[in-house]
Amino acid sequence: MARITLDHLAHAYKANPRTAEDYALKEINHVWSQGGAYALLGPSGCGKTTLLNIISGLVRPTRGRVLFDDLDVTDLSTEARNIAQVFQFPVVYDTMTVRENLAFPLKNRNVSRERTARRVEEIASLLDLTRVLDRKASNLTADMKQKISLGRGLVRPDVAAILFDEPLTVIDPHLKWQLRSTLKEIHRALDITMIYVTHDQTEALTFADKVVVMHDGAVVQTGTPDELFERPAHTFVGHFIGSPGMNILPCRVEGATAFVGTSLISLRRTYRTLSDGERIELGIRPEFVRLQPKGAGLPVQIRRIDDIGRARIARVEMSGRPLAASIPDGISIEGNEASLVLDPNHVHIYANGHLVAGEATGGHAA
Amino acid sequence: MTKPLNNRAWFFVLPVFAIVAFSAILPLMTVVNYSVQDTFGNNQFFWNGIGWFQELLDPSSQLGEQFLSSLMRTLLFSAIILLIEVPLGIAVALSMPREGWTVALCLVLMAIPLLIPWNVVGTIWQVFARGDIGLLGWVVNRLGIDYNYTGDPIDAWVTIIVMDVWHWTSLVALLCYAGLKSIPDAYYQAARIDGASRWAVFSTIQLPKMRRVLLIAVLLRFMDSFMIYTEPFVLTGGGPGNATTFLSIDLVKLALGQFDLGKAAAMSLVYNLIILAICWVFYTVMTNVDAERERIEA
Repeated sequence: MARITLDHLAHAYKANPRTAEDYALKEINHVWSQGGAYALLGPSGCGKTTLLNIISGLVRPTRGRVLFDDLDVTDLSTEARNIAQVFQFPVVYDTMTVRENLAFPLKNRNVSRERTARRVEEIASLLDLTRVLDRKASNLTADMKQKISLGRGLVRPDVAAILFDEPLTVIDPHLKWQLRSTLKEIHRALDITMIYVTHDQTEALTFADKVVVMHDGAVVQTGTPDELFERPAHTFVGHFIGSPGMNILPCRVEGATAFVGTSLISLRRTYRTLSDGERIELGIRPEFVRLQPKGAGLPVQIRRIDDIGRARIARVEMSGRPLAASIPDGISIEGNEASLVLDPNHVHIYANGHLVAGEATGGHAA
Repeated sequence: MTKPLNNRAWFFVLPVFAIVAFSAILPLMTVVNYSVQDTFGNNQFFWNGIGWFQELLDPSSQLGEQFLSSLMRTLLFSAIILLIEVPLGIAVALSMPREGWTVALCLVLMAIPLLIPWNVVGTIWQVFARGDIGLLGWVVNRLGIDYNYTGDPIDAWVTIIVMDVWHWTSLVALLCYAGLKSIPDAYYQAARIDGASRWAVFSTIQLPKMRRVLLIAVLLRFMDSFMIYTEPFVLTGGGPGNATTFLSIDLVKLALGQFDLGKAAAMSLVYNLIILAICWVFYTVMTNVDAERERIEA
């Protein structure tokens, strides 16, 4: 059990990195607190697996330190760290039974026979593997194998954290959900720090208490699923999380008014610090953009309407820019012309991709 | 559901049958034909029934004794070759680099012995091992070891075995290397996290994953070593005395040296059946291990 601290950590696969482009993982400072359930979310190639491998010790970072509690483990080998990792493809030892697989890490660490046997039984019942304990591991289904990989991590009583590297990729969809709830239960039962790498936002948001979003080798936002949804700190987060993602519109901001093309949008906050050279954008989630019959509001043209089950999403065009909007229940739109109503509490302004806080305008502070 | 039957398939299969019959079955039948006859030249043949086979399999007769001793020599040779080349090949494959430009270099270097024509291999070693002008023979003799592969049976055996190891270990190594390369990195990473020792990684990951290629390697090396002819023929000619007269050399002496077609035909049939039988045993045992495991699991 431990708190994991990443201190000025950076990694480049090339020798002698010079520019920021050379780094697969740009400088990161982060503390994973003991017992937390974290998700590391980002598209493929954003450096999340590199970060995971640095924590588990499979990769040695170019710069910076990794601390478990107050112990510097940067130079410690994987074996010497109390860490468990579950990989994308299930790893089981083919020649062994499930029981032997689960006992393997303990056997390698010279734990006594009785303690090993007891511990294996415990973990097997936790993971619902008891009835297959004496079968060979090689012929089980992928989700069973993944449970065995997980079990080999859990079986060590001293394990500081369990790292998951996209563990559900090869699992059948209907079993994914089951296995994810098993993970949640285990997290609650055992109070172990879990770090879960994925590119699937649903997995990340349902599994984790805190989500770390990565983009291009850097962390762009850390927060609860709610925070990521309500206040994306970066346009990338807005776009990557949510389906459909946040609407991002280039705009010009003067005080508490934003100009998008020819449309005028009044804001709840005042932005005085924006300079001319910056790329200014307005972001709002489709959930907070309501489509209405033509009338008051911003005039738009409807291109397409998608029914995604729980809601209807309209793809519209406003002053030539594409936008997604939600259609409230019970509203039907005739023709192509309609109007948009934006919830001013959920309009965010971004400069060069980063969220700008703005100042409260007398009494309307959100 | 019944599968639709379509007799047109025979038109595609029949040509293959015809070619196989012409190239393999007909010549084999000629051999069967010879094996039950005796000849005194002049293309005159006399019916001999199973006489040759009886003589061949009776160790008290001259032919039977000769056959049995050649067979024992060949079996011993194959056993030694497998015992050396399989572990050595695995060891070489394990110590080969896994990535980088050295991989290509290693592969090319290791493929060289495999590309040399067999009689050239024999010639190379015949010269290399000579005590007077051969580098190896000369050095060994200078070291104070009395070594002469043309005079001493042990020296002759050692030379042939070393030559075969030099010639064929790379085949085993390359096959094993291919097997090793197919193991995903995650296995090694998981093993490190589980705290597995180097030996545990070998016995629980690498060896099980190499089992299939090892089956092929063992079969190939067994068949080739059991049928070895060219290299020892060039190197020792079966000598000194009969010390390195393997079955194949014996057979050629009988068929082409003495022109005893009947005896030679009977012998080649028995030889053939022995190889088939041993390969079948190898294959069944090794695949049964697989099937057995799967049956227990199911």
